Amino acid sequence: MTLLFQLTLYLYLLATAVYVAHFLSQQKKVRAVARAILLVGGVLHTVYFVVRYVAAGHTPLTSNHEAVSFFAWSMTWAFLSFWWRYRVKNFGVFVSPLISLLMLIAAFSSQEIRPLAPALKSNWLPVHASLAIMANGFMALAFCGGVMYLLQEREIKKKKFGIFYSRLPSLEALDTLNQHCLTLGFLFLTLGIVTGSVWAKQAWGAYWQWDPKETWSLITWLIYAAILHQRLTVGWRRRRAAIMAIVGFGSVLFTLWGVTYLLGGVHSYVG
Amino acid sequence: MLAESIVIIGVNHKTAPVAVREKLAFSGDCAGPLVTLMNIEGCRECCFLSTCNRVEVIFVASDPAAAAVAVRGFLFAKSGLGDAEAQQFSYLYQGKDAVTHLYKVAASLDSMVVGEPQILGQLKQAYREAVEQKTTGVILNRLLHKSFSVAKRVRTETNIGGSAVSISYAAVELAKKIFGSLRDKSVLLVGAGEMAELAAEHLVRQGIGRVIVANRTLERAVKLAQRFNGTAVGLAELTTQLAEVDILVSSTGATDLILRKDEVKPLMRQRKNKPLFLIDIAVPRDLDPELNDLDNVYLYDIDDLKNVVDVNKAEREKEALRAEGIVAEEVVKFGQWLEGMELAPTITAIRQKANTIREAEVAKTLSVLKSLSENERRSVEMLANAIVNKLLHEPMVFLKNSTPHDNPQIKLAFVRQLFGLDNESSEQ
Repeated sequence: MTLLFQLTLYLYLLATAVYVAHFLSQQKKVRAVARAILLVGGVLHTVYFVVRYVAAGHTPLTSNHEAVSFFAWSMTWAFLSFWWRYRVKNFGVFVSPLISLLMLIAAFSSQEIRPLAPALKSNWLPVHASLAIMANGFMALAFCGGVMYLLQEREIKKKKFGIFYSRLPSLEALDTLNQHCLTLGFLFLTLGIVTGSVWAKQAWGAYWQWDPKETWSLITWLIYAAILHQRLTVGWRRRRAAIMAIVGFGSVLFTLWGVTYLLGGVHSYVG
Repeated sequence: MLAESIVIIGVNHKTAPVAVREKLAFSGDCAGPLVTLMNIEGCRECCFLSTCNRVEVIFVASDPAAAAVAVRGFLFAKSGLGDAEAQQFSYLYQGKDAVTHLYKVAASLDSMVVGEPQILGQLKQAYREAVEQKTTGVILNRLLHKSFSVAKRVRTETNIGGSAVSISYAAVELAKKIFGSLRDKSVLLVGAGEMAELAAEHLVRQGIGRVIVANRTLERAVKLAQRFNGTAVGLAELTTQLAEVDILVSSTGATDLILRKDEVKPLMRQRKNKPLFLIDIAVPRDLDPELNDLDNVYLYDIDDLKNVVDVNKAEREKEALRAEGIVAEEVVKFGQWLEGMELAPTITAIRQKANTIREAEVAKTLSVLKSLSENERRSVEMLANAIVNKLLHEPMVFLKNSTPHDNPQIKLAFVRQLFGLDNESSEQ
């Protein structure tokens, strides 16, 4: 099982290296290779979760290792699914390093399978946890899109055309990507919070108890809600939307780790 | 030498001014010229290329010097110029130089705007017509096909056609980087000068949705707007229009700025921050340079665009050097093929191939049959030798016997193909 995880990690790292090579050389064949490696990595990663599920006897989304690894998994598959319907030039070179980074963090966390805490014994666990983490996956893609937007915008604004101008897609395409990822991510985030709240009612008798994780999820949700709302009304698009996607992702990461390690609360057994 | 029979005679923008080129005036299809050319004595194969910047005849002749004079005579027939002047305005390449020249033409290294892609299509069309008229043979078929693949190699391995090298095209390229597709976008032309017209033309060709023209005199605006199926407005409506359009091209003769930062700033909110691309091609400038500081506003003046173009041009020149390397490499390869296309090397190549096979097979057999005596071993070798020689006898006779009507190249090409002597993936 550890071997399976290691192999997935190496494939992601390799895919990242090949994506970088493609970014520099712009040879189509290289990109196809990178995508194939990433795809194989994604499949192995899926197998890894199935194996771990069988071994643990419960949904493997309860430790930091599992949560972060699933975060990487959802990014990979969200990215690959984009390729099917909605392609963005050189997106992979920005997404794959982040996937690899998450996998490295997962690799350095304890991979031990621990017995399930009694409070988590519920059918809500797989639903709530996977929705919440899949939201993270899409927000991470929006973050990558935001970074790409700012890099491309900078070169156009400063009139200095470096490595990005010819390689990155148009500002319009990046803005659409941003909106696309945020909308999907927001949907998952909302569902994640709602299912969590229903579960809390069943487990503890209250929908909401201002646990730090809940609070920060709500803050994250409000940030994204504001972005989407402002986009429609006063036109927070383009540059500001890109910046906000990056800020929002900061809040996502804080909710994931900051809360667990700094603030504690009922969710703190995750990690 | 076979190579020396390949000749290119032509006129292009470098050797002859337009006043001369237009006198040659070949229009319409190539069928007429091709028939005339094939009637020139000793002309075995030919292809005729005519574009607005060049007229070229690529031909293979048994007596190249004599044919060259006739071909030049044909090219300049309508110009009224004598052969001495004709020589001055045209170029003649023979052998390896001709191959190099053709490869460069195909790869757009010889074009007025290096890297522009049209020439390859024109060359392909010229070849197609030559094939239809059956004026090409073994040599030109291979040469032209090779020139297409060289062009493709240059295009994929270098960045020669990469970036815009004219100001109006650079502006269009930038617009595409900002807006993606231009289909649902609109442009406002302020001032109806020539540069504005040129930029608008490019934008329309790239499929821009709507053109609006604002000018001091409405009459001129209406005229220009009609050309692009657009609408005309007065200069007073500038800010109203600016709340709607995506691109603004300004080229008025005004001595002062016509648009300032604090006029546009409130508009951006009204536009819901839709990006605005401002192109100022007027001298002195029309648009406040500080406009570029506004979020989602991109201002390029004429110098900025010139910089873009200069950088791109330098880039192309660098790429052109790499492309010439590729051409040189391919010319050597073609030379090798041509050398093989003679009788003696072909016979040698067949013998060599047969001998290699024979030796390998004999060695393989003898290594298994270890119990054979010296005499028996020699018999096996002789057997193999005899089979090879007898089998090769008829093809050799076929190759060496030439009747006067035979085209030796066709025969050679056929035999070489039969024996797989040019084992190089041939792209058709």
